[in-house]
Amino acid sequence: MEGLSEAEANLVVYVHPSKSSNVPQAILRELSSLLFKFNETFDGVLLAYDVNILDRQAKILSGIHPYIGLRLKAQLLLFSPKPDMLLEGKVVKLSQESIHVVILGFSSAIITAENIRQEFKYKIKDGEEMFASRSHKRHVIKVGTMIRFLVKSVDEEILHIIGSLMEAHTGSIRWLDKKSEETSEFDRSAVKSRDRERQEDKTVEGATPLSNSELLIHSCDFHE
Amino acid sequence: MGLELPKYPVMEEEEVVNLELEIARRVREALSSVPSLEGSRDSYNQLVGVILHSKQLGRDELALLETTLKGLAAAVSLIDLTHHESLVSAIFSMSMWNYAPHVEDALAELIVSLAVSNGKYLDLSLGMLVNNFTPPPYFLDKLGLPYGLDRKNQVLSRVHAAFKKISEYVPLAPLRLINLVIQRMPTIYHKDRAVLIYVENMLKLESGEIGEVVGNSVLMALVDRLIDLDLEIGWDAILRDDFNKGIFEMELEDEDEIVESAEQHPGEFRLSRMTLVGNSIAELLDNLLVLTFEHLESCERAGRLAKVFETLLQSFQITVMSAYKSKFTQFVMFYACALDPENCGVRFATVLADLFVQDSRPEQTRMTAVAYLASYLSRAKFLSVFFISTMLKRLVDWCLEYCKTHDGDINPNAHRVFYSGCQAIMYILCFRMKVFVDVPRLNLLLMPPLEQILKHKLNPLKVCLPSVVEEFLRQSKAASLFTVSETFIFDGLLESELSRAFGGLERLDTFFPFDPCLLKRCDRSFDEQEHDLDEFDTAMSKMSITPKNGYCYKFGGRDSTRMPSRIRPSTSPESL
Repeated sequence: MEGLSEAEANLVVYVHPSKSSNVPQAILRELSSLLFKFNETFDGVLLAYDVNILDRQAKILSGIHPYIGLRLKAQLLLFSPKPDMLLEGKVVKLSQESIHVVILGFSSAIITAENIRQEFKYKIKDGEEMFASRSHKRHVIKVGTMIRFLVKSVDEEILHIIGSLMEAHTGSIRWLDKKSEETSEFDRSAVKSRDRERQEDKTVEGATPLSNSELLIHSCDFHE
Repeated sequence: MGLELPKYPVMEEEEVVNLELEIARRVREALSSVPSLEGSRDSYNQLVGVILHSKQLGRDELALLETTLKGLAAAVSLIDLTHHESLVSAIFSMSMWNYAPHVEDALAELIVSLAVSNGKYLDLSLGMLVNNFTPPPYFLDKLGLPYGLDRKNQVLSRVHAAFKKISEYVPLAPLRLINLVIQRMPTIYHKDRAVLIYVENMLKLESGEIGEVVGNSVLMALVDRLIDLDLEIGWDAILRDDFNKGIFEMELEDEDEIVESAEQHPGEFRLSRMTLVGNSIAELLDNLLVLTFEHLESCERAGRLAKVFETLLQSFQITVMSAYKSKFTQFVMFYACALDPENCGVRFATVLADLFVQDSRPEQTRMTAVAYLASYLSRAKFLSVFFISTMLKRLVDWCLEYCKTHDGDINPNAHRVFYSGCQAIMYILCFRMKVFVDVPRLNLLLMPPLEQILKHKLNPLKVCLPSVVEEFLRQSKAASLFTVSETFIFDGLLESELSRAFGGLERLDTFFPFDPCLLKRCDRSFDEQEHDLDEFDTAMSKMSITPKNGYCYKFGGRDSTRMPSRIRPSTSPESL
């Protein structure tokens, strides 16, 4: 799945003096407060982090309250969906007008009827709603199906994605992969086919360091 | 919409379906007609009109509204925030309380569809649902009536079901929801009933499907609100009115005189004004506390109390303990402990004791903790004798250790924590003396070290609150536990210079937080629990915070084994 990446970041965390008795915990809390939110500096949603404290000595930033500045190196797992990316998610709701998808368990996407290609026809079979392909009898999308779709736009604040099933290589993942295995036209690496199976956090490409930007995280909660 | 509705009884099933489809089609037409510059907006305006029409709907109108809502739900992708502004604002200002269940269903469905269709509508939809926590003003009074209750159950069940649905499709929705819920909490100046029903909803969220995500925040916000109300009552009003005459000064006068006089000097008390202000807020606090107690009971039945208690404990340490002499909020903890003595009851005392012995904590925290501990161990009947003795031993050991490592003379300012610890021990023994008399083994374990402490150079007997010391000495003498050579003459003083010194600005020497609760309804909840209510009963009714003519207490004929009422601090309402 596109959109997932691992990054290395040099961070500076400023810890409030009240937390000086347990600094590691303060750092973890500060970083945890960034989880599942879109971060402009990272240009993506932080999904997971692994942190190393570089220097046991910290600098004190003087001011009204002297904050303690700590340098860290962290491995970050980021999710940055962009238009025209292919994403994968699970269908949670299906109706004639729309398909609702949940990606990685936390991000939601909607594909409206006008973004579903003509090939798919909405029908109700045995009381179950589904979109079935007119040309391929086996290609069916219903609640619980994992589908691959194209990103049209992303609402970064709510992590809500508007998607499309217009392109030919979108639809039910199981059917698409089976089809590609039969026809040897697609060149899929072993890594990607394993990815399809599990929908947990994954590293797709190599790490892209954000080393040039030093990220400042302000720990200002005094009243937690 | 320009559609003639045939009379209801005449309509066949097929006709109904056709009608629905027709209306759905017209809705789509109306929506798409707006962006175009030409053509009339009549059908769109009619559509908005149907949504806005909410009062006194006839059956036909209700049916039209329902089908219109369904039509809109199906056409959600066509609804545009800018082009259909009036429609959108009309939809989001609808109140489910105005309509019958069918319409409520259709409206809920529409809101859910809007929420999941587009990020822009998520916050608006959640906001609309949160607004539906409380009924419109005209309905507030009807809540007590049977049909009001019915309507309430109908609406709230649909609102919370809608939350669940939205969370399924948009997993991050609960996080946004909890922020909204806390932001929109009614202030204390809103009508009682509105506040109560809102809090009821919050607690429903906590125990509901999304409780795991939002539960903690709900409980902490609730305790914050309780403390806000708590602090609004009493002392603020008094201290504001009598800026120079702090209540502390009044204590110097003979307390009996103040208690007995029915007339309050206008300069000193202004109780009537305070009572009025305190009244409505006290009532609200009373009701909220009872609501919380009921919630705790349901948590206990569901086996969740231990987990909920952890959150409450956290909130207690952050909010309640740091508040200046919380009057009633701490009873939430007490109630939870009473419901589950072995886990919660023990945990509460242990945490307080841990706080007390930790050197790294600020003095005030430690003194507050031990004050809570002392009052708690004294009043909680549900705690086992063994446990209380363990706690006492912890306190005694700590004080003894302190004595051994500090060789100074009397100095209330330097050894505040120590003196508060000693006072705590004596206070607990005033209530629990009988137990130690009955069990000689405990006697042997605790009395020798305690004697050492009390006879040490630091002289806690002289520094601690005189009323506590006097009572303690009297009881221990009567029980032949030990006697002191030096006679302590206090003349029935509540407190002394020295006790005030160690108590400090916050007067932690006179802080007994679990003294019987003064709120009427709240207090009744404790009936089956631990207080010796039979003895306090007559005094209780007088101690209720909603008296007719100010406070007037007479505590006569106290049992010799009970703590005399004068020990109750002058800073708590009952002592006035």
